[in-house]
Amino acid sequence: MATAPLAPPTPVARSARERSGAWPLADRIAYWACWATGIGLALLTLAIVVFMLVKGLSFLHPALLFESPSADIKQSATGGFLDPILGTLLVTAIGIAIAAPLGVAIAVWLVEYGRPAALARAVESSVEIVGGAPSIVLAIFGLGIFAQGFLAFLSQRAANGSVYGRSFFAAGIVMALLALPLIVGSTREALQALSPRLREGSFALGKTRATTIRHVLLPSVRPGIATGAVLGMGRIIGDTAIIKILLGGLRVETVGGVPVLGLLRGTGSTLTTYVYEFSPAGEGNAPQKAYFAAFVLLLMVLALNGVVTWLTLRQPGGELPRKRWMDLWRLSAWTR
Amino acid sequence: MPPPVRRIAVDRDPRVAPPRPSANGVATGAVALPLKTARAPAAVVRERMSLDAVWLAYGENWVVRDVSLPVRQGEVLGMIGASGSGKTTLLRALNRLTEITEGAARAGRIALDGQDIHELEVNDLRRRVTMVFQQPNPFPMSIFDNVAYALTEHPERGSRRRRRSGAMRDAVASALQRAGLWDEVANDVDRSALRLSGGQQQRLCIARALAANPEVMLLDEPCSALDPISTAAIEELIVELRESIAIVIVTHNLQQAFRVADHVAFMHLGELVEYGPSEEVFNHPRQQRTRDYVSGAFG
Repeated sequence: MATAPLAPPTPVARSARERSGAWPLADRIAYWACWATGIGLALLTLAIVVFMLVKGLSFLHPALLFESPSADIKQSATGGFLDPILGTLLVTAIGIAIAAPLGVAIAVWLVEYGRPAALARAVESSVEIVGGAPSIVLAIFGLGIFAQGFLAFLSQRAANGSVYGRSFFAAGIVMALLALPLIVGSTREALQALSPRLREGSFALGKTRATTIRHVLLPSVRPGIATGAVLGMGRIIGDTAIIKILLGGLRVETVGGVPVLGLLRGTGSTLTTYVYEFSPAGEGNAPQKAYFAAFVLLLMVLALNGVVTWLTLRQPGGELPRKRWMDLWRLSAWTR
Repeated sequence: MPPPVRRIAVDRDPRVAPPRPSANGVATGAVALPLKTARAPAAVVRERMSLDAVWLAYGENWVVRDVSLPVRQGEVLGMIGASGSGKTTLLRALNRLTEITEGAARAGRIALDGQDIHELEVNDLRRRVTMVFQQPNPFPMSIFDNVAYALTEHPERGSRRRRRSGAMRDAVASALQRAGLWDEVANDVDRSALRLSGGQQQRLCIARALAANPEVMLLDEPCSALDPISTAAIEELIVELRESIAIVIVTHNLQQAFRVADHVAFMHLGELVEYGPSEEVFNHPRQQRTRDYVSGAFG
């Protein structure tokens, strides 16, 4: 066998075509356009956060968080936005409480059963259509439904006997429609990503499909479900149209004397409608309060995004690896 | 492609016994298998399952053609053959796992203790004829819960406390002991099963399969993802278990088949080419195709 020459290998010269300077003009323009778009988008996001931060902080008044709003001619007497914060939390809670079990059930049915195929396809498309429908359309539809006489127990009757159709119930239920596709989607993806070996392993032990789903599959997709739920919450928190049409009010007003039911049948507002009302476009005309409320809203959504990132990065059965907090910070704003 | 068969044809290791001429006078020295250490035959050998002219198909393709075999308690049945020869499909048919694949069809009769397995309730059958897979597939729960899950007939009914009762703890410990995993995990059975090493995970899967006291255990290349030490541990376990359980093992590793199996079935393109005691199949194969395969000519 011949001995190999010991001369150092010569570096491979990069051809001229590999350097961007030698690219055709169209490619170069497209290349820089991509850069510009990416950086532009990042700057825009940064600008929104910084703008809200500066505006919000300059009007920062912690008392606003704990005062109820009130209608008054004098700006100083219009109070804070405790009620909108409570309203946001309440609507989100109702929406998720309905959407999460329903969404998981739909996803499990689609992935694990999905028979007859035509029905599965129909369910799939309906979920997609609901997911793509503008929320104002859902809101108007909801108003039509909840104003029906037999659903009066979900809202309240006006003096003339007509049903008001607006309540935390109504808004929360329609909000659930908004969150549903996200929960179905992420649960479904998680289920499909599970190795078939997991199912086979359980079947091979003589377990039924239902037992397998309940004890093996659902625990395995918990992060997927949680991700969908948190994305859904983000969607609910951010929606204005449904609140504007189906919640109607500013302060939280209860109906009747029953403690919880009265609250749920009552009306109120959320941060989104508060921002709208107090911005120059609305009736309240107190932009500084709107900015601060918008800042709080943004913080809530960013926090939720952080939670989503954390859930997605977390390894099943393990801890969040160290140094991943950097990713978390980096991704938190982009996960939507 | 199966893992490569080690061919030792030219320079023979002096420690390996010289080839014996086969019955028909053809030297069978193309493959040098380590001599099987003498082991006592099982006290009782009795037939548990029987396959009678079994044909299996996925859609239009017949992947198993006319196979008849006995599966006996007290001995290990090894199934060898190239990829796509239908070994795994045949194995999965034994506890009707083929049924979860769409378009699977079957002809012929498979019986467990004389009763057609298609007359048995499928989950009962799978409790009696359990299976361990190629890749370890522990469930994403604790070591304890992995085994306890197999033990509870209706996991949704027992409260958490009842699942942790003394009897359950003993049963889980005994299953882990039989699988040779107990000494390694006794102190932290509440750890996630996913944190175990590959070999430990596979033994956990065997413990899980053993927990419900099956009568037949099917192993589908249980060691193909494992290192030699874990493999040795599992092989030893398989040989021990054959006393109480009928064992069928599919393997691409001919040495492994030779080491653990009492009887070997060689399959090729869906057909059962040869079946017999492993010494005979490896040393004096009757069929040319078997001879080619065990000497590494194809597959």
